[in-house]
Amino acid sequence: MIARTRTFETTALALFFFGVTTLTVWGFAMPDWLPPAASRHAEGVDGLIRYLLVTTGAIFVIGHAVLIYFILKFEGSEDSTAIQTNPKTERLWSILPVLTMALVSEVGVLFLGLPVWDEIYGEVSEDVLVVDVAARQFEWIVRYPGEDGEFGRTDPTQIDGQSNPTGIDNADPRGSDDIVERNILRLPVNRPVQLRLRSHDVLHSFSVAAFRVKQDIVPGMVGSTTFVPTQLGEFEMGCAELCGLAHYRMGGRVIVMSPDDYETWLSEQGGDA
Amino acid sequence: MSSAHAGLPFWRRYIFSTDHKVIGIQYILTAVFMALVAVGLSVLIRMQMTWPVRLWPIMEQLLPTAYEGGALKPEFYLTMVTMHGTIMVFFVISLALVSGVGNFIIPLQVGARDMAYPFLNMLSYWTIVPACLIMLASFFVEGGAAAGGWTSYPPLSALPGALPGSGLGQTLWILGMALFIVSFTMGSLNFATTILNLRTKGMSLMRMPLTVWTLLVSSVLGILAFPPLTAAAIMLLLDRHGGTSFFLPEGLVVGGNVLAYEGGTPLLFQHLFWFLGHPEVYVLVLPALGIAFDVVATFGRRPVFGYRTTVWALIVAAVLSMIVWGHHMFTSGMNPYLGEYFSIVTVLITLPFAVIGVNLIASLWRADLRLTTAMLFAIGIISAVGTGGLGGLWLGTAASDIYFHSSVFVVGHFHFMIGVVTSFGIFAAIYYWFPKTFGRHMNETLGKIHFWLTISSVFPAFIGMHYLGLGGALRRVYDPTYYEYVRPLQEMNVWITFLLFISIAGQLVFFVNLFRSLFWGTKADANPWEGATLEWTTPSPAPHLNWNEPPTVYGGPYQYRVNGVGGYVAQHTPPEEIKCWVGPHEG
Repeated sequence: MIARTRTFETTALALFFFGVTTLTVWGFAMPDWLPPAASRHAEGVDGLIRYLLVTTGAIFVIGHAVLIYFILKFEGSEDSTAIQTNPKTERLWSILPVLTMALVSEVGVLFLGLPVWDEIYGEVSEDVLVVDVAARQFEWIVRYPGEDGEFGRTDPTQIDGQSNPTGIDNADPRGSDDIVERNILRLPVNRPVQLRLRSHDVLHSFSVAAFRVKQDIVPGMVGSTTFVPTQLGEFEMGCAELCGLAHYRMGGRVIVMSPDDYETWLSEQGGDA
Repeated sequence: MSSAHAGLPFWRRYIFSTDHKVIGIQYILTAVFMALVAVGLSVLIRMQMTWPVRLWPIMEQLLPTAYEGGALKPEFYLTMVTMHGTIMVFFVISLALVSGVGNFIIPLQVGARDMAYPFLNMLSYWTIVPACLIMLASFFVEGGAAAGGWTSYPPLSALPGALPGSGLGQTLWILGMALFIVSFTMGSLNFATTILNLRTKGMSLMRMPLTVWTLLVSSVLGILAFPPLTAAAIMLLLDRHGGTSFFLPEGLVVGGNVLAYEGGTPLLFQHLFWFLGHPEVYVLVLPALGIAFDVVATFGRRPVFGYRTTVWALIVAAVLSMIVWGHHMFTSGMNPYLGEYFSIVTVLITLPFAVIGVNLIASLWRADLRLTTAMLFAIGIISAVGTGGLGGLWLGTAASDIYFHSSVFVVGHFHFMIGVVTSFGIFAAIYYWFPKTFGRHMNETLGKIHFWLTISSVFPAFIGMHYLGLGGALRRVYDPTYYEYVRPLQEMNVWITFLLFISIAGQLVFFVNLFRSLFWGTKADANPWEGATLEWTTPSPAPHLNWNEPPTVYGGPYQYRVNGVGGYVAQHTPPEEIKCWVGPHEG
């Protein structure tokens, strides 16, 4: 009644899975997908990604190898001998995948992931540089505390797109010397940075691929993210949470400078580190 | 046809029908229609991804408001990604796989004459129709359809001033979703009640086919997970039109004006949305896996490996799916300790899924494989669920998700799980049960062309998206070449678009096959695949009310080749008749 399968179909299916497996592994193994890592915890993130690549890659390859083997071996095998299901064997064969996945997944989360998580969200060091970053449709307002080392209060009613884009409160003397820039974040290399993240309107997400940093900015909350830039140069920052029609071009530059250059720039702006 | 059905007028038989099989077909046809819209949107999305700065004078003729001056407007791009996601998840996959296939097959497989509540069943279908119409109508209102993403996060979705699509389009989106939830909840209650209460004599829970098991688990998940989204939708509606501030804090500045909201937080919506959103994935994926088990058993001529461990794995996966929603919010700014918790429990989900995956593969061990079209799609599911599932580990681990969140990697991942796995489930189900539905076979040659065009395009396309994400490409971006560091990867976008057109060619073959087979397919016997489950005891097509007297069940659903003769024992075969079997399967 059921037409016997033609062998070329079986071969095609096996070849297809072989091709998919090989191409996928080859593609993932190409070294240069990830942008060059430029922050301290990026090493940890990349290490975790490499770990996941090797472990899940191995499971992927083994699974498909078995699938290919079974397809080739048992296609139209016309094996009419009885098959007895043995509950004990079945239970044993579920212990193996459970233990494998428990090991692979929790080693990743607990031993490789948590230390990185802690680097990002844990205690911040004493010498941390705090920079205030406000997001609004569709730009980044970066603010440094100025000579007094303190940020002025903000007041949404005083926001003015041109003269006061982040709404520094005129009544607060601490704000008078704050340094404000748009879409450029300047940072000294190798010094921990904590960004104070605020949004004026909708959700945004501060994202710098080279730093492996991504932090949503929730209106009504002051968020924060911590990292240590380790490479001099310019990096692209962007918005990673849909924020409106120009979301796609809410970009900007992060300029990582030597500590001396940073000091010079800051004093030119009238600030003091 | 039984006289009860034949006596009904046409509109009671085929339009306002209470027959679960007719309703199942209605759901699937509705889903097919909505799929045309959603696939059409994906073509326009891919065109933009591939040629972001090109002008399209032809498109300006066709869609003048979307392509003003020949260039696609960014707000319409966002409308397209939003509506593609919403329609695909809720109005195509949910409708076809769960409501459609579930309606058709549950009573037939558990030995019931119809659903527990036939009228409620009809009502749930006729609630989905206005929901679809509202979603489609929203394209034509001022500002266009919703554009805040299928997740519709406020404040963007709550403030009409923040985005053109957040006007009337977003309100209609909320109403359409509310109707969908009402319909789906009625359907889930009906499924669960039917499975728990209307099983025929002898059909114990542990004798149910795995398709029914997965539909039971997914119905219970649906009942538990959808109410929070209903609440969220109502709160969002009130924030938009009732002056409340559930999701809106004070001090918002939109268009230069300080808005008068205070006290709410957008994070609340995210929690409510994902409390549904994550289980919803399992509502969709699990039935596809159940179908894979049924098909693999029939065309492998052996019992599925690990029936009991599979059932337990399904239950464990369902329970876990209710407590891991926060992994969609690792970067949201929630408490980092919460992030650690969600990461630890999220990756545990791989445990039950690994059991299911191993059982699926092991069900091919010593099988007598027949590569029918349904079987090919079922084997495709095994590969896809493994591939997509392993990628899930990269996203479930919080520290690596920091990098992958909101990237195209996520897009590739969920298209594997709720795109490939689920649509392969729908296709396997259609090729497998088409003879039972219409009394005719689908053409196998066309079916196989459909399979090969589909699998050879969707696998590389969605794996390619993983690479793009690895390169740091962000999703929901109107111009993928805006960021310099991803510009070198643009060629991948061209390839993916090329593959989409191959996949669409495959779906055209499917359509031709579907409608051709409806009228000219070869006639099917009651049991053309020599299946052992109850649906094959009815004539093909199955009559109204299925059986005059539902058969009694004496054994499990997959008793293929359980003795040395090479035949099989149907579920309704009494033990005393087992000696004189249906005979060797070769016939």
